[in-house]
Amino acid sequence: MQIQPILAALRRHRLATLLITMEIALACAVLCNACFLIANRIALMHVNSGVDETSLATVQLTGYETEQAVDLNARAISGLRNIPGMQSVTVLNSIPFGARRGTAGITLDPAGQHFGGVVEFYVGSQGSLEALGVRLVAGRGPQADDFHAFEGLMPGDASVQITRSLAEHLWPGVDPLGKELWVDKWHYRVVGIIDHLVRPDPAGWPEGSKDWSIFVPALPGKYLAGSYLLRAAPKDVPHVLRDARAVITKVAPDAVFDQEGSQTISDLRASTFRQDRAMAGMLVGVIVALLLVTALGIVGLASFWVQQRRRQIGIRRAIGATRSDILRYFQTENFLIVSFGIAIGMALAFLLNLLLMKSYELPHLPLYYLPVGALVLWALGQLAVLGPALRAAAVPPVVATRSV
Amino acid sequence: MFGYYLDLALRSLRRNKMLTALMVLAIALGIGASMTALTVLHVLSGDPLPDKSGSLYYVQVDPQDIKGIDPDKEPPYQVTLIDGLNLLRAARADHQALMTGGSVPVQPDQSSLDPFYVEARYTTADFFPMFDVPFLYGQGWTATEGEAKARDIVIAKSLNDKLFSGANSVGRTLRLAGVSFRVVGVLDSWQPNPHFYDLNTGSYAYGEDVFLPLQTMLQLRLDRGGSTDCWGNGGGGASGILPSDTCVWLQFWAQLDSPAKVTAYRDFLVHYSLDQKALGRFQRSPNVRLRNVMQWLDYNMVVPGDVRLQTWLAFGFLLVCLVNTVGLMLAKFMRRAGELGVRRALGASRRALFAQLLIESGVVGLVGGVGGLLLAMFGLWLVRQRPSDYAVLAHLDLSMLFTTFVLALCATLLAGLLPAWRACQIAPALQLKSN
Repeated sequence: MQIQPILAALRRHRLATLLITMEIALACAVLCNACFLIANRIALMHVNSGVDETSLATVQLTGYETEQAVDLNARAISGLRNIPGMQSVTVLNSIPFGARRGTAGITLDPAGQHFGGVVEFYVGSQGSLEALGVRLVAGRGPQADDFHAFEGLMPGDASVQITRSLAEHLWPGVDPLGKELWVDKWHYRVVGIIDHLVRPDPAGWPEGSKDWSIFVPALPGKYLAGSYLLRAAPKDVPHVLRDARAVITKVAPDAVFDQEGSQTISDLRASTFRQDRAMAGMLVGVIVALLLVTALGIVGLASFWVQQRRRQIGIRRAIGATRSDILRYFQTENFLIVSFGIAIGMALAFLLNLLLMKSYELPHLPLYYLPVGALVLWALGQLAVLGPALRAAAVPPVVATRSV
Repeated sequence: MFGYYLDLALRSLRRNKMLTALMVLAIALGIGASMTALTVLHVLSGDPLPDKSGSLYYVQVDPQDIKGIDPDKEPPYQVTLIDGLNLLRAARADHQALMTGGSVPVQPDQSSLDPFYVEARYTTADFFPMFDVPFLYGQGWTATEGEAKARDIVIAKSLNDKLFSGANSVGRTLRLAGVSFRVVGVLDSWQPNPHFYDLNTGSYAYGEDVFLPLQTMLQLRLDRGGSTDCWGNGGGGASGILPSDTCVWLQFWAQLDSPAKVTAYRDFLVHYSLDQKALGRFQRSPNVRLRNVMQWLDYNMVVPGDVRLQTWLAFGFLLVCLVNTVGLMLAKFMRRAGELGVRRALGASRRALFAQLLIESGVVGLVGGVGGLLLAMFGLWLVRQRPSDYAVLAHLDLSMLFTTFVLALCATLLAGLLPAWRACQIAPALQLKSN
């Protein structure tokens, strides 16, 4: 196939060629960035929580008097534990993807000079860390004598487990076991490292700090009540939660069962990322529409060219060109135009990415998006041009002898 | 002439249905997508109180301690209770209100209804006249009643419908958190979007069901929600403990009816800060802000980032559609080179041909606009199915309907310019000869 005559022909149709090239370039830029945005949303939705989501549910109670909290805890826990299929019921202040009650800034010295970051404190009763199903990678888990009663929002002194990413952030390259941290005058010692434990609201935090969590052992009481973590076999979780509602109305009629907060952890996760799923869906819609319009544009213009060149095609056929020569001519022409478009489009995609990075929290566009985008557009171009090209190949040689 | 050109345009469009359909489809898709995004943006960045937003100001002072001071830093988002009450008593504005939000349990008298939680606004009396809140029955409490910690309550229409089946409930009692309140007013439907006076509650489609005096809430220690920011040894704010004096947790709004009053009020805030510094309460030099409703919404970047991103994407898409239309239109006009050559040879001026071709693209634009409108309505329906808090608000209004057609027409005329100009450049003699 000779490219020279194709280029010569395109030079005669500079404006039309330019337009279709521009369209491909714009499509390429939007396509790459939209795909990248989708990939980001999906990565966000797949954040590793570190807990056994399918086996967990939570019950949230409100509306009781603070003085009643201890009594309520006792009634609720014993009631919930009697539900058939229930493996454990523990008290936990914050819930992954759910209630958030322990967000605080920590410092690495008692004077409060060295700021460590804003982390999530999971204050939980005995067995709650085990119920979550997090994996301990170093040190020890909480032991019976780690759990103390407390006054105020959090225990004032405790041996705690922290996540690996938090440990690496606070003490890079150093063994974190035995290190200490403070929240104002409250003081905590690190005794164990856990693999992952996501914050209740991971979407709002930058990459790398999504599981900066600390588990603080404590005894249930006035300030640790009304927020329960239920664990059951995955198949039992839905009915355990259903039963929990009935049990609470019976054993704790003085409390309000918080419908919205009391869900399985899987459901809580799904609702945390609803917005992102909707946005990803919309982006997919934009991509489909964009590819459709681009393909239609190629079809329209190629059809026009085929019709305009009927006579020339006839002449070529009359002097010996085969059908596949004609077919290949249009296919090559399309390939060349799309290639020009992609070349410009890659630069545009990069620029658009820089623009998006300015206003949104987005990393650089990974380079492998560009060749993938190029392949998609080449395929699209070839598909779109196939119809008109086949029509061109069907032009009989006799056309050459007719005028118009 | 216009009628004739219109007739020519319709004939020409009918002659090549495939190409026309492609152009209309491209325009309709582009317009549909961008109008959907634009409508959502328009609804979300709208003015919650169009008649009054310019004269309502959100007050910020800086009571923080000296630790980590940064001269260019913005003051805290809210005010402390002490500052709020001081500013309230100073009463230097035309109207002023100090408020915060929370939720309270309602214990209905009817045995058929279980106790349930409602969203509450704890505010001082000026809230109602200042925000032009419409009343169905009764009215708000007075400032004196508020100061007296009256057990007065104003309820929303929806709650009135639920508890009193929509009857005039003024004078009836309602038990909230174990305390009896007297209903003094029932609001008509009122839900400003965005929920400008307290953005902690979520910005859109949020409304309170009960309104009661702030002083009453302080006395009863009712539960409050929203954000509390503390410094130093500040804390509290949970389970019946009010936040301490080094916490900001209330919103203060002032109505200032003239620019002179705004300047005077800003001076007053500076003086107030200096006085407080002299007293030793404030440590920083005066750092005050006075923003009206729209400035306050802008400052808080209330419109979600996703919505802006969508709008950009939609307009990128429209651009692709337009380039596409330019290409198709070029193909269409150039194909008629012969016909145009004949018209030129018969004496039509370039200008006349140009007008004729532009009318043809205008027709495509109008038809595309209608298609775009239908698509935008479908798009908005899709948006309404989405889980965002603003989803329910996505409706096309009259101004957006008008914008759709203007946008479609302008876009296609713009797209038609280049191809029409190219087609008019044809030398008639050459064109006639080659045929």
